[in-house]
Amino acid sequence: MHELSIALGIVKIAENETKKANAKQVTKIELEIGTLAGVELESLNFVWESAIKNSVLEFAEKEITVIKGLGKCIDCDTEFDMEFIYDVCPNCKSNFKGILKGKELRVKALEVI
Amino acid sequence: MCGTCGCGTGKEGPIILKPGEHKHAHKEHHHLHEGHHHTHDEDHHHDDHTHSHDHSHDHKHKVLKIEQDILQNNQVLAARNRGYFEAKNIFALNLVSSPGSGKTSILERTLADLKDEISFYVIEGDQQTMNDANRIDALNIPVIQINTGKGCHLESDMVYEAVKKLEIKDNSILMIENVGNLVCPSMFDLGENKRVVIISTTEGEDKPIKYPDMFYTSDICIINKIDLLPYVNINIEKLKNYALQVNPNLQFFEVSATTGEGMEAWYGWLKSPS
Repeated sequence: MHELSIALGIVKIAENETKKANAKQVTKIELEIGTLAGVELESLNFVWESAIKNSVLEFAEKEITVIKGLGKCIDCDTEFDMEFIYDVCPNCKSNFKGILKGKELRVKALEVI
Repeated sequence: MCGTCGCGTGKEGPIILKPGEHKHAHKEHHHLHEGHHHTHDEDHHHDDHTHSHDHSHDHKHKVLKIEQDILQNNQVLAARNRGYFEAKNIFALNLVSSPGSGKTSILERTLADLKDEISFYVIEGDQQTMNDANRIDALNIPVIQINTGKGCHLESDMVYEAVKKLEIKDNSILMIENVGNLVCPSMFDLGENKRVVIISTTEGEDKPIKYPDMFYTSDICIINKIDLLPYVNINIEKLKNYALQVNPNLQFFEVSATTGEGMEAWYGWLKSPS
C-alpha cells in the first residue's frame, strides 16, 4: 500500500508548484499513470481524500490519464502491447524487452487560482 | 490509515535508532500539511488582495505545466545516497522479500562468516521492534534500526538519515534490510548498488509473476531454504523461469541459511560482484 506515499508525493509537488506560482489553490490536477507503474488506481483513490485534506488539493478535481503498456522486443524489434511486466514478445517469445510506455507516474499539469 | 493492509505513515514518522538508544529521537517524515493554507485569506486580509492582481483580470485560472515524476523526491535523495556510497567506496545492497523468507537469517549467517574479511554495516527496516537490530548487534556489527511505524517500505530519506548516524568507514558493505513486503518497496530506490530479492522454497513457484515489480527491479535472486526441498512441493526450475520471464538479467543463488549450503557462491559474489 505504497499508494499513500504516492498520494503524499503528489500533494508535495502541488504545494510546491502552487507556492511558486503565487497561487492559492488548485482547481484541477492532471496525472499520468502507466498500467505497469505499480500503482493500483483503486488504492490511490482510496487514500486520496485523506492525503489531500487541508492541502492546496483539497478541492481540486483529479483527472487521471491511464497509459497502457507498450514494449519493444530487444531480439526482434517487434513492438507489442503489454498487459503485464512479464509478457513475452508475441513474435519471437523472447523475455528481453524494453518498456516504451506504461511506467509513467507523473503530475502533468495543475490548474490554479 | 489504509484499510487494505493497515499501512500509512504514523504522525511521528519513522523512528531511527541504534540498539540500546532511547525512543525519542523521531524525525518528521511526511508533512501532510506543508505550509499553512488558509482558504479565508481573502476575506480577512484585504491588503493581501492587491498582490494577486499582477496578472490579467480575465484569467483567474492559470494552468501550470508540471511534467514532474511523482517519485522525484525519493529519487533525488537516492541519488544523493548513491553519490555518497560511491565516494566512500561503499557497496550497498537492498534486501527485499516477503516476511519470513529468511532475509535476517541470510544476513546473520553472511555477517558471521565474513566479518573478519569484510567491514559490514547494517540498516534494518521493520514496522516495529528492535528485534532484528538486536540480532545483528549480537554479532558486533554496527547497525541502525528504522521503524517505519505504519509505513510498508523504506524510502531514501530514511536511509539518508540512518547512514548519517552509522558513520560508515570507506571500503565497506552496507546491507539494507527492507521491510518484509514484496510489493511496496519495489518502487522506492534507496540509492543501493544492487537490489537482492529473496524467495524461499516454502513460497509458491509463481511468486515472481504474482509480484512481478519486485523481480523486475532486482539484480540478484536468492532462493533460500533449499534444505527443505525434500519436504515441499516446489519446482525450482519453474520458479527461475518465471523470474526470468519478468527479468531476464536476474542472477540466482540457491542457499540454505540454516545449513550453510550454497552460501559460498553468494559469498564469492559479495567479494567480487559482477
